Amino acid sequence: MTTNTTDHPTAAARFIANSDRMHWHDKAIWAARTRRDNASRSVPEWETLRELASRIKQHTMSRLDEYLEQFEANATRLGAQVHWARDAAEHNAIVAGILQQRGAKHVVKSKSMLTEECGLNPHLEQLGIEITDTDLGEWIVQLRHEHPSHIVTPAIHIMKEEVGQLFHEQLGTAAGATDPQYLVEAARKHLREKFLAAEVGITGVNFAVAETGGFVVCTNEGNADLGVSLPKVHIACMGIEKLIPRLTDLGVFLRLLARSATGQPITTYSSHFHGPRPGGELHIVLVDNRRSELLGSSDFQRTLKCIRCGACFNTCPVYRRSGGHSYGVTVGGPIGSIINAAREPKLHKSLPFASSLCGSCSDVCPVKIDLHQQLFVSRRHLASLGLVPKGKRFGITLAAAVFSRPRLYRLVGRLTRFGLRVLPRSLVYNRWNIWGRQRDLPPAPKYSFHELNRQRQRKDDAYK
Amino acid sequence: MRIGLFIPCYIDQFYPHVGLATLNLLESFGLQVEFPEEQTCCGQPMANAGVHDDARPLAKRFLNVFAGYKCIVSPSGSCVAMVRHHFEQVLGPSPELEYVAHKTFELCEFLTDVLKIDRLTGSFPHRVGLHQSCHGLRELRAASDSELVGPAFNKPRQLLASLTGIELTELSRPDECCGFGGLFAVSEEAVSCTMGLDRIADHERAGTEILTATDMSCLMHLDGLIRRQHKAIRVMHIAEIFAEARGINSADGLLA
Repeated sequence: MTTNTTDHPTAAARFIANSDRMHWHDKAIWAARTRRDNASRSVPEWETLRELASRIKQHTMSRLDEYLEQFEANATRLGAQVHWARDAAEHNAIVAGILQQRGAKHVVKSKSMLTEECGLNPHLEQLGIEITDTDLGEWIVQLRHEHPSHIVTPAIHIMKEEVGQLFHEQLGTAAGATDPQYLVEAARKHLREKFLAAEVGITGVNFAVAETGGFVVCTNEGNADLGVSLPKVHIACMGIEKLIPRLTDLGVFLRLLARSATGQPITTYSSHFHGPRPGGELHIVLVDNRRSELLGSSDFQRTLKCIRCGACFNTCPVYRRSGGHSYGVTVGGPIGSIINAAREPKLHKSLPFASSLCGSCSDVCPVKIDLHQQLFVSRRHLASLGLVPKGKRFGITLAAAVFSRPRLYRLVGRLTRFGLRVLPRSLVYNRWNIWGRQRDLPPAPKYSFHELNRQRQRKDDAYK
Repeated sequence: MRIGLFIPCYIDQFYPHVGLATLNLLESFGLQVEFPEEQTCCGQPMANAGVHDDARPLAKRFLNVFAGYKCIVSPSGSCVAMVRHHFEQVLGPSPELEYVAHKTFELCEFLTDVLKIDRLTGSFPHRVGLHQSCHGLRELRAASDSELVGPAFNKPRQLLASLTGIELTELSRPDECCGFGGLFAVSEEAVSCTMGLDRIADHERAGTEILTATDMSCLMHLDGLIRRQHKAIRVMHIAEIFAEARGINSADGLLA
C-alpha cells in the first residue's frame, strides 16, 4: 500500500551513500541471480517452458472472466466460500468481517504480497486483531515495523547482526548473537506459540486452477501448512491474475517459479488445497484492486502474466544498488515500476525511469514479459499525461528542435566544443552539471567527424 | 554495394576519430561508403524519455536521409536498436521503415552477418576487456547473454579474438550494464555512477588494459569515471581497435 509520492533517485542516492552496505546488498542478490542461471541451465527445455508459460498466461488473461467463474463454481462445489473484492478496502472488509463473525483475535498469515498491497495488517490491528506474519523474513520486517523490500525475500536488506539485535530486544535472545541456526530456533519457538493460539490462518495463493477449483501455495518454511492446519478457518487471498486453466498447466509454472526465484528446483512445499478440511471453513477472496484496468490496457495487459518470482528484481542492476524501499511500493523492481506507474502515474512517475533499459529483466522473466519494452511504453504513457518534469521536457524539445536543423546542430556543436575547450574547469563543472559530479566530460575535439570527413574528401579530390 | 554511414550525434561531436576509424575500416574491405551530411540524431534520447512527439521528426529525418542506401552501418548498437526496434513505435509501420530497419546494422554484425567475415587479419598485442553494451547484446543479439539458455556466441568478441597477440580478459559479471542509459546517467546519477564504478572494478580485477565496446556512449560514461579517478585503464571503441590492428591510420593527413 502506498500513499506517498516516490522519488526513486533521491531514495536510491540515500541507499548508495552507504557504499559497503549497498555492495553487500548487491552481492547478496546477485548470488540469487547466479543460482537462477545455474538452475535454468539444468533444464534443457528452459526456453520452451518460458514460451509455454507465457502463452498459457496470455490465453488465461484473454478469457479471464470465464476462468474466474469456472474457478468460483468449482471451488464452491468443493465447499469453499468465494468472495469478490473490487479493491483493497473491500478485501480488508471481507477478511475483517470473517474474523469478527467468529470472534477471532489471533491470526497467522503466510507470505502474501496481495495482503501487503491491500494494507491488511494495519487494518486488522486497528480492529484489535493480532496478526502475525509467519514467513521468517516477513516476520522480521513486521517486528521492525517496516515493509518487505523484496517480494520473495522480504528481509533481504537486513543483515544478520541486525536480526540478532532485533531478536535480543524483542525476544530476549543473547546479546550479540548472529548465528543463523540459533536465531531461527528462537524465531521458531516464538512463532510456534502464535500458530497454536491462532483462530484463523490466512495465506496467499500462487496458482489457482480453474478446472478443479483448487489452489496451490508455495513456501519454503512450511508456515502456510502449519498456519492453516491448526486453526479451523483458512482464508486464502488472491489477485484475479493468479489463475491457470488446467491442473496439467501447473507443472510448467512450478518448474519455472522456484528456479527463477531462488535457484531451487522447486519450493520445499507446494501445498494443494481443495475445499475446506472436514469440520473446517475455507474462504477464497478474489481481489481485483485495479487489475481489470490493466487487463483492459493493450499497453500493460502483459504485466498480468507475472507470477511474482522476483527474478527481475534480482537481475536488475538498479534494484540491487538502490534497495527495495527506494521504490516506495509493495511490488517494486522492474515489474512493480510498470504496474504502479500504470495504476497511479502521478505518485510513481519516477519509477519507469529507474532503469537503464538494459533488458536483463526481459530475458530472466519466466513468463516472458517484455519488461524493458514495457518500461519504454510506460515512459511514453507518463509523457502523454504531462508527467515528465517540465525542465527535462523543455530540454528535450529544445534538443529536438536543434537536431531537426542540421546547420544549427553543427553550429551548436561547434560552439559547445569551443566553450568546453576554453572555459575554466570551475565554470564547466558547475553545480548544474550533474554529469560532472563524479565523471569528467569527454575531451572536446576541435573538429567534428563531419568536418574531418570534409577535409578527407578534399584531400582525396586533390589526389584525383 | 553503396553503404550509408550512420554516425551517432555524440560520436560526430566528441569522438570523430571513432567515425573515421569506422569509415576507413569499411573502405578497407573495398566498400563504397558515404556519409550523408544531413543526418543528425536518431531521436533515441527523446523516445527513451517518453516524448515521442519530439522523437518523431528525427526518426522521419533518418528515414529520408538513409532510405536510398543498400546498407546502413553504424558504430553503435544502441542507435541501431532504436532504428530497428523502436522506430515503429514512434512512427508507425511503413514500407520505408521496413526497408531501413532491415538494412541498418551495427558495425560488428555487419562484418559477421553481411560481409560474412569470421576473422580479421591484424595484430593488437594488448590485454583487452570487452564491455557488452546492453542494446547490442539484448536487442540486436550481438552475442548470447548470461540470462537466456541456448548456444553461446559472441560476434564482437569473436572478431577481437581473431586479432594476433590480443588477450581478452574474463570478467566476474560478463554482461552487467555499465549504468549509462542515456538520460538515466543524469536523472539517476548516483545509481548510474555506482554501476559504472562496479564495472570498472571488475575490469581492474580482470587485468584489463584497454576497455572496449561496440558503443561509445557506454565508454564515454566509463571513461568519465576512469579519468576522474585517474585509473590506469584506457578506453577505445572496437572500430578503433580493428583499424589500428589493420594498420589504418585514421587521421592521416587531417588536421585532427
